[in-house]
Amino acid sequence: MTKINSEDVRKVAKLARLDLPEDLIETYTIQLEEILGYVAQLEKVDTTNVEPTTRAVEVTNVLREDVVKFTEVREELIDLAPNREGDFFRVPKILSE
Amino acid sequence: MSRSNADWQAVIGLETHVQLGTKSKIFTSASTTFGDAPNTHIDPVVCGLPGTLPVLNKKVLEYAVKTSMALNLNIARHSKFDRKQYFYPDLPKNYQISQFDEPIAEEGWIDVEVAEKGKETYLKRIGIERLHMEEDAGKLVHAGSDRLAGSTYSLVDYNRAGVALAEIVSKPDLRTGREASEYASEIRRIVRYLGVSDGNMQEGSLRCDVNISVRRSSDAPFGTKVEIKNMNSFSAIQKACDYEIERQINLYETGESVAQETRLWDEGKQLTKSMRSKEGSSDYRYFPDPDLGPIEVSIELQQKWKSELPELPANKRKRYAKDFGLSVYDARVLTDESSMAEYFESVVSQGVDPKIASNWITGDLVAYVNANKKDFLKLPFKPEELAEMIQLITDGKISGKIAKEILPGLLETGGSPKTFVEKNGLSMISDSKLIESIIREILEAHPKEVEAFRGGKTKLQGFFVGQLMKKTSGKVDPKLANQILLDQLRL
Repeated sequence: MTKINSEDVRKVAKLARLDLPEDLIETYTIQLEEILGYVAQLEKVDTTNVEPTTRAVEVTNVLREDVVKFTEVREELIDLAPNREGDFFRVPKILSE
Repeated sequence: MSRSNADWQAVIGLETHVQLGTKSKIFTSASTTFGDAPNTHIDPVVCGLPGTLPVLNKKVLEYAVKTSMALNLNIARHSKFDRKQYFYPDLPKNYQISQFDEPIAEEGWIDVEVAEKGKETYLKRIGIERLHMEEDAGKLVHAGSDRLAGSTYSLVDYNRAGVALAEIVSKPDLRTGREASEYASEIRRIVRYLGVSDGNMQEGSLRCDVNISVRRSSDAPFGTKVEIKNMNSFSAIQKACDYEIERQINLYETGESVAQETRLWDEGKQLTKSMRSKEGSSDYRYFPDPDLGPIEVSIELQQKWKSELPELPANKRKRYAKDFGLSVYDARVLTDESSMAEYFESVVSQGVDPKIASNWITGDLVAYVNANKKDFLKLPFKPEELAEMIQLITDGKISGKIAKEILPGLLETGGSPKTFVEKNGLSMISDSKLIESIIREILEAHPKEVEAFRGGKTKLQGFFVGQLMKKTSGKVDPKLANQILLDQLRL
């Protein structure tokens, strides 16, 4: 079974930009390991003659024509952002010193 | 510097992002128009709102497959899209839809002609690792300062987000800055011939990242790889590579090491400088995008698209040299733009000498087209008309000098050179009686020179020819004129 340690949890939280309080690391480590353990049951299934797939429904080549459609939701979309400045989305400074 | 670069070998690979020129974005029907007001071309799919469903643009697939074919890549029987995850504000979804382990095409090559002033031109086959489809990111405007480092916040424009890209990854087969820039130019030529992209580097529709390392000899293990970004011309690619090769060799020679990092080319200072790395950016945690089904391009569709491919620049160059006897240089200039090549071929199809046609096109015509930012195929002066003008010269109806004089007007307005010449009385004087009488007048007006000529100063022949050309505004066939002149002088 996959072993999860507190370092893995810190890393995942960092990659997901989650600010995880230090006193919850232990809790999440246990919970994540339980989840992975639950999913790991699938490994017991014999898949010897089964083609690997990435999806439950086999559809291929779902395509659309190259046609432009204008939506009237531009203003609403920009307004959805926590911060707008004119026609722009405003975001915090990118790189930390 | 007292060391020999000959000991060192550079290993260079290019990642080229080509913006595909479709009308709508790769996964949604928002427009791809460049240069509009910020966030004009956004919709719920572009912004990655929950519950939206991306659907692949058929034209993007067609362009990606056609480009792959032109790069001799094998089209995958089964291909899929993946999510590449990282946090950066230019990416509205916090993941980019790209292709990871099953790209649309793999394992190809192109033949690149490497020409450099003062060196012999050579042909080099450059391997291509893969081509995959992905979406472009938005653009950041850094506010509060004109420099990224000093900005207090950023503004985001998602017009470009979701525009279709083909990323072409070369094998590490390139060895010099020149080879890298020639490879990139050839990719640009190919996508322009195919009509899948305008390949405009200034506007960013063609972007190249360079991976580069150096090693002590061709069988030594690879050195530490450095990535360089931010070159917006082919000469910048060449200069950035050459600069970086020097820098890395210097580091090794002075006992230091090369850091694995991304560096930016600074065009103003002509050097590369270290870019602070995005934290955690190397862990993309790719996984198959559940919103997008796999792609399987049928053999029938592949054959259809293959049949629609135009003749590509490398083949044109070869054919022009072989069939038309053109120099490597001329063939290269003529095939640089498909419009020029098409114009040239139309002229030649009228039966005129390819070499002469090439001289006019790569000389006067290119100068005019470039200076006036025109398109060869939209010139009022049609290929048949240039062919007619060349024929007039070949037939001795007008002199080359007259042709050069009337060409600028014809380029502006178009029209039959033959009619123009007749209307303006520019035809050559081919009536030998008339030429004889003009020559007689000249000789009578210059008795001293005639005497000197007959006394042995035969160099004076040029003087008489000059007088004749002046009197007739260059409209006398020089061969005929010389013959009559000599006949009369030797009387």
